[in-house]
Amino acid sequence: MGLATFKGGIHPYDGKDISKERPIKTILPKDELVFLMSQHIGAPATPTVKPGDKVLMGQIIGEASAFISANVISSVSGTVKAVEPRLAVSGDMVNAVIIENDHEYTPVEGFGNKRDYRRLTKQQIREIIKGAGIVGMGGAGFPTHVKMTPKDDDVISHVIINGAECEPYLTSDYRMMIEEPGRIIDGLKVILSLFTRAKGIIAIEDNKPDAIKKLEDMVKNEPNIQVCPLKTKYPQGGERALIYAVTKKKVNSSMLPADVGCVVSNIDTTVAISMAVSDSIPLMRRIVTVTGDAIKEPCNYNVKIGMSYREVLEEAGGLAKPVEKIVSGGPMMGVAMFSLDVPVAKTTSALLCLTHDEATKPESACIRCGRCVTVCPGHIVPQKAAASALSNNLENFIKYDGLECCECGCCTYVCPAKRNLTQALRQMRRTALASRKK
Amino acid sequence: MSDMYNVSTSPHVRSSATTQRIMLDVAIALVPAGAFGIYRFGIKALVLMLVCIAGCVLTEYLYELIMKKTITIMDCSALVTGMLLAYNLPVSMPVWMALIGSVFAILVVKMVFGGLGQNFMNPALGGRCFLVASFGSYMNDFSEGIVDAVSNATADAVSGATPLATLKNGGSVDVMEMFIGNINGTIGEVSALAILIGAGYLLLRRVITLRIPFAYIASFAVFVLLFGGKGFDIEFLGAHLFGGGLMLGAFFMATDYVTSPITIKGQWLFGIFLGLLTGVFRILGSSAEGVSYAIILGNLIVPLIEKVTLPKAFGREAEKHERK
Repeated sequence: MGLATFKGGIHPYDGKDISKERPIKTILPKDELVFLMSQHIGAPATPTVKPGDKVLMGQIIGEASAFISANVISSVSGTVKAVEPRLAVSGDMVNAVIIENDHEYTPVEGFGNKRDYRRLTKQQIREIIKGAGIVGMGGAGFPTHVKMTPKDDDVISHVIINGAECEPYLTSDYRMMIEEPGRIIDGLKVILSLFTRAKGIIAIEDNKPDAIKKLEDMVKNEPNIQVCPLKTKYPQGGERALIYAVTKKKVNSSMLPADVGCVVSNIDTTVAISMAVSDSIPLMRRIVTVTGDAIKEPCNYNVKIGMSYREVLEEAGGLAKPVEKIVSGGPMMGVAMFSLDVPVAKTTSALLCLTHDEATKPESACIRCGRCVTVCPGHIVPQKAAASALSNNLENFIKYDGLECCECGCCTYVCPAKRNLTQALRQMRRTALASRKK
Repeated sequence: MSDMYNVSTSPHVRSSATTQRIMLDVAIALVPAGAFGIYRFGIKALVLMLVCIAGCVLTEYLYELIMKKTITIMDCSALVTGMLLAYNLPVSMPVWMALIGSVFAILVVKMVFGGLGQNFMNPALGGRCFLVASFGSYMNDFSEGIVDAVSNATADAVSGATPLATLKNGGSVDVMEMFIGNINGTIGEVSALAILIGAGYLLLRRVITLRIPFAYIASFAVFVLLFGGKGFDIEFLGAHLFGGGLMLGAFFMATDYVTSPITIKGQWLFGIFLGLLTGVFRILGSSAEGVSYAIILGNLIVPLIEKVTLPKAFGREAEKHERK
């Protein structure tokens, strides 16, 4: 029998060898940290501090302002310098709390206190997750406490830990699975305590055999947890592809994973849940892979959220070669940045520096080769949906199931005419979803 | 903010596939059939090829120059059209006619509809059908086809008839000779062997899939067995498979991206449609050949095929499609 997978997808150059053997190294920020109030999907957090205030490490400095929103936590102790808009990865100016680091790292009271999740009620666990400001750290940044609160806990049959890491170049999840497997399993157990009828599945692509082996050994005596090896293929770690590979259930754009009894959690998010619940440490750090052919010393760093990309890059020895493009995240779904003066956010999985920008190739006419149809994991015809998008024809766009596009980028990747299909689809989806909300 | 790096939406990487590389692969795959054509029919075959290629490429270039459009001849699609058109001509074809065919193929069938990707009909086949309609007697004149290469030339070969025409008139043919290509026919269609070598290269390079050629050839074979009137006659079937333009058409012209369905189910359907149509033309119709017209008619119903074979989106299979 073949490995669990989905239909479609691509095999891009994976670039993981550059950084996969580099152990996670903890680095400390310099004097100024910038905490964006919007590092998640949903309403921005409301700053709870003002300039001149003293803050402690682990203190809430931005409070969730709605149900779908998340707290922001200070990762250092020091003084609030300003509350003002700052540049985010997206290129937007986002409200932020700027803190002058006193380099003491004085924690808030109760920081690091051990707790046993088995003695906590479901309500308490959810409150802790919410208080710790945890969001999906794979890239989307959906508030985790919302995800962990489906309408009915008993319909959840699968808790899937997403260790696919299908995005090229990224090795942060891999390093975590090798170095902190206990944390991942602890976090999974915490989630499973919320969903008593569910079984836990750690899904890992088979290009990481040592991670599979390690976690399999560790869950040998856990009857309710198993490791599910996945075929290595992009976008295997996409939520819909992952759920299908593991459970053979299908989720479309108008459904949530909970509708098919699934809760999916990213590796680093699971670690954050374990740290928050078992050790009373809120979300204030994350693993960032610094990689790409322009980097002098590629590495996996444990970075304090709020630290500037420029400082992270300096830690990695800076640039070895002239760089053309800098991406926050992986090459398939990451966001290109025009400046390095952007703070690391909860959703920052990587800093990718490329000497050559392949996306600048000129577009030519579509030759209808059908490669986009073959690779589309959403089983749509990207060529037709994108053509509708380019002619701003919403009716046709919906008819061709353009809304089912998950923006994975496979169609643009394979297109021999170098057409920016994903870009067209993404833009039209934004318009369509915005008009749907009204 | 002194540093300014490139910004674009994801993805930031691209595969190495390019239109030019794909077209070059098709051109490379056409070389064995062309080489056999030159060996079989002599230097005139080469002249016709060069004239067709030059005619196609120059027409595209001049059109774009005059219309002030981006010059696209480097995508090599005109090169492929030129080769295919030449392969569809008998060696006796006057050079000036071949040139007119080339101009028609590119100018009328391709460029005025918007160039590569917009033509609804295979340009080479459009050019060929134009020549058949204009210079029918020349297009069916295979009298120059007899050169010494055929050691065991049959009486029919000497008279210049193609195997399919012989078959149509109740004669018999040598299937093995047909497979190798020691027969009469157009320049590039005679050797099934050479065509299959090129097709193998295209499959290996993943430029084409077997979907259309397989559906085409298999459904045609079934049609011949059912309605050929010879029952299960391997020789008759083989003659039909290796004779005429079937192999060249199935692997090199029906698989033309632009004029075949983009949907996977549609490609199967398209192949079957071509097979049945070719069967109708060859077995029930009065002409010996049928591939060109079958493919051209197939090209015309591609939008319809795509409409009825749109895939169902992931997670929406159960829903009823409301497609108008």
